[in-house]
Amino acid sequence: MKTEAQTINNIGTKNSKWKLFLKSEFFYNYKRSVLAIIGSIIIISVILIAIFGPLFTIQDPYNMSEIELNNAYTPPAWIEGGESTFILGTDQQGRDMFSAIVYGSRVSLVIGIVSTLLSSVLGIALGIISGYFGGKVDALIMRIADVMLSFPTMLIALFVMSVLGRGVVNILITLTIVGWVKFARTVRGEVLSVKKQEYIEATKVIGLPNLKIILKHVFPNVLTSIIVLVTMQVGSNILTEATLSFLGLGVPITRPSLGMLCSNGFDVLYSGMWWVTIFPGLYIMLIVFGINLLGDFLRDELNPKLK
Amino acid sequence: MNTILKVKNLEQRFELDKGILGKIKFKNGKFVKEERIVRAVNDISFSVDKGKVFSLVGESGCGKSTTARTIIKLIEPKGGTVEFAGENITDLTRTEMLKYRKRMQMIFQDPYASLNSKQKVLNIITEPMLFHGVAASKSEAKEKALDILGKVGIRPEQATRYPHQFSGGQRQRIGIARALAVEPEFIIADEPVSALDVSIQAQILNLLMDLKKEYNFSYLFIAHDLSVVKHISDDLGVMYLGKIVEKGSKVNIFDNPLHPYTKALFSSVPKLSGTNLKNSKGIRGEIPSSINLPSGCYFHDRCPYAKQICMEKMPTEREVENGHFVLCHLY
Repeated sequence: MKTEAQTINNIGTKNSKWKLFLKSEFFYNYKRSVLAIIGSIIIISVILIAIFGPLFTIQDPYNMSEIELNNAYTPPAWIEGGESTFILGTDQQGRDMFSAIVYGSRVSLVIGIVSTLLSSVLGIALGIISGYFGGKVDALIMRIADVMLSFPTMLIALFVMSVLGRGVVNILITLTIVGWVKFARTVRGEVLSVKKQEYIEATKVIGLPNLKIILKHVFPNVLTSIIVLVTMQVGSNILTEATLSFLGLGVPITRPSLGMLCSNGFDVLYSGMWWVTIFPGLYIMLIVFGINLLGDFLRDELNPKLK
Repeated sequence: MNTILKVKNLEQRFELDKGILGKIKFKNGKFVKEERIVRAVNDISFSVDKGKVFSLVGESGCGKSTTARTIIKLIEPKGGTVEFAGENITDLTRTEMLKYRKRMQMIFQDPYASLNSKQKVLNIITEPMLFHGVAASKSEAKEKALDILGKVGIRPEQATRYPHQFSGGQRQRIGIARALAVEPEFIIADEPVSALDVSIQAQILNLLMDLKKEYNFSYLFIAHDLSVVKHISDDLGVMYLGKIVEKGSKVNIFDNPLHPYTKALFSSVPKLSGTNLKNSKGIRGEIPSSINLPSGCYFHDRCPYAKQICMEKMPTEREVENGHFVLCHLY
């Protein structure tokens, strides 16, 4: 027999969030969604390769002393003339493509994830301010967003990059400038509907300060739609970065990302050395494919309007 | 001082066309500046006595809920004054308002929308306690919260659940517990039972009345269901288009309804025996829009007794018998 006091003390210890999650409808559906699981496996593998891959590569593609120019344009291992050391062949400087892709994916992933974090923080903050307080601030923020949306994303990105110049930091700034709008608009819309709910009125009747209402009551209730956006945005930012790098406006040559690797092989694509461009391209595709598979599942699952 | 809440000439209106551009309309080949204003609450006065239940009744859209939200200052009043326990709270800022927030609380209509689904029940109750310093520490707040939850019929082991794990009636109990958390003297209940099953309605009403006895609250009770009102209230105000057309004690109004609108309301209540519904004429027409209020008495175009003067002049409030006020040219 438990005493009353013990019962009271036990409250809060059981029923933990993790246990609730494992029992939730969301997790149940996840276990049954083949596409979502494939997406997660791709994402996890890509991340593990980016972190631990350098342990298995035969060379550091950025270290010129490890590269032999004699090995230039070795085809992939399974093609005539290929060497087993260079599984995916080499580029014009004799760099092992597999090593280059592993190192390049680190640059791409870091840019994709960090830029999404930056743009989501900025976008969510502006979206909440805009939706919650309304009035002139709202009008100002939304008109800026409208202007941003009336130009193609790539055009703004190209413009900002050509002003700022190449570099990882500059790419992050650019992707943040073009990326926040999506977050701000979605979050504003969600906040507008959440703030009319009676539980928000209840917090006002209690007298809680705005900051507390926003952090504890508004934000948790708009979080689900943000999760979907964040996932999708990582994929699209990796693509935008790849495009910018391909056009020669992205990362510096000394730190090639996947897009830069594609661009390097583009000159020799029609001379038969297709592997220099195709393999990094396929890898970009795989990463974005994985992210989108998971993102689609999250969107279907977390958006009550689609249920 | 026997009055806990005194509302004087309260007014509330909303602009439909925000900003300059919204106000410019294209009409008959010209641009004209036109403002559309919803007049939700028009110059109403009433008071709630300590330990008593004052009910506001009226059909949907007559401004009952807006009145409640204006009194508790979820919306700033556009005119008139609200006095709480003898203090004018009409123009207080958020921080000045805090000490009154602790003394007046609100119970909401929709139990599915009034609880934050991301918060555990226990936290829903302890949050206002800790904020207003009703409990000094988290453990004290927890103890008090479990006590209050027990009073409204939620068991301690249910306290760590999330709102979606409860039924509508239980959620409304949690909403009531949240209002009780800060130990208020005055509670505004905005149609607290209209979203519930009939079987649950009685339970919740009895709970509200039991709590009133225990804590000696005063209630401002908003309702559209006359049987609910008859069960619980001491005093009554009948609202039509943002006006209180008749107010008085429950006995006054139920036994001797004077205003044609009140009479029509009562005759439209179905009874188990008799032919009251067959013989009831109901009310003609639809409730007019509160954007274009009728001239004169707001009820004149639906009133079977309307005279010439009703279309021209808004009647003034007349005390027909002791404490029984009516707003009608007939009296």
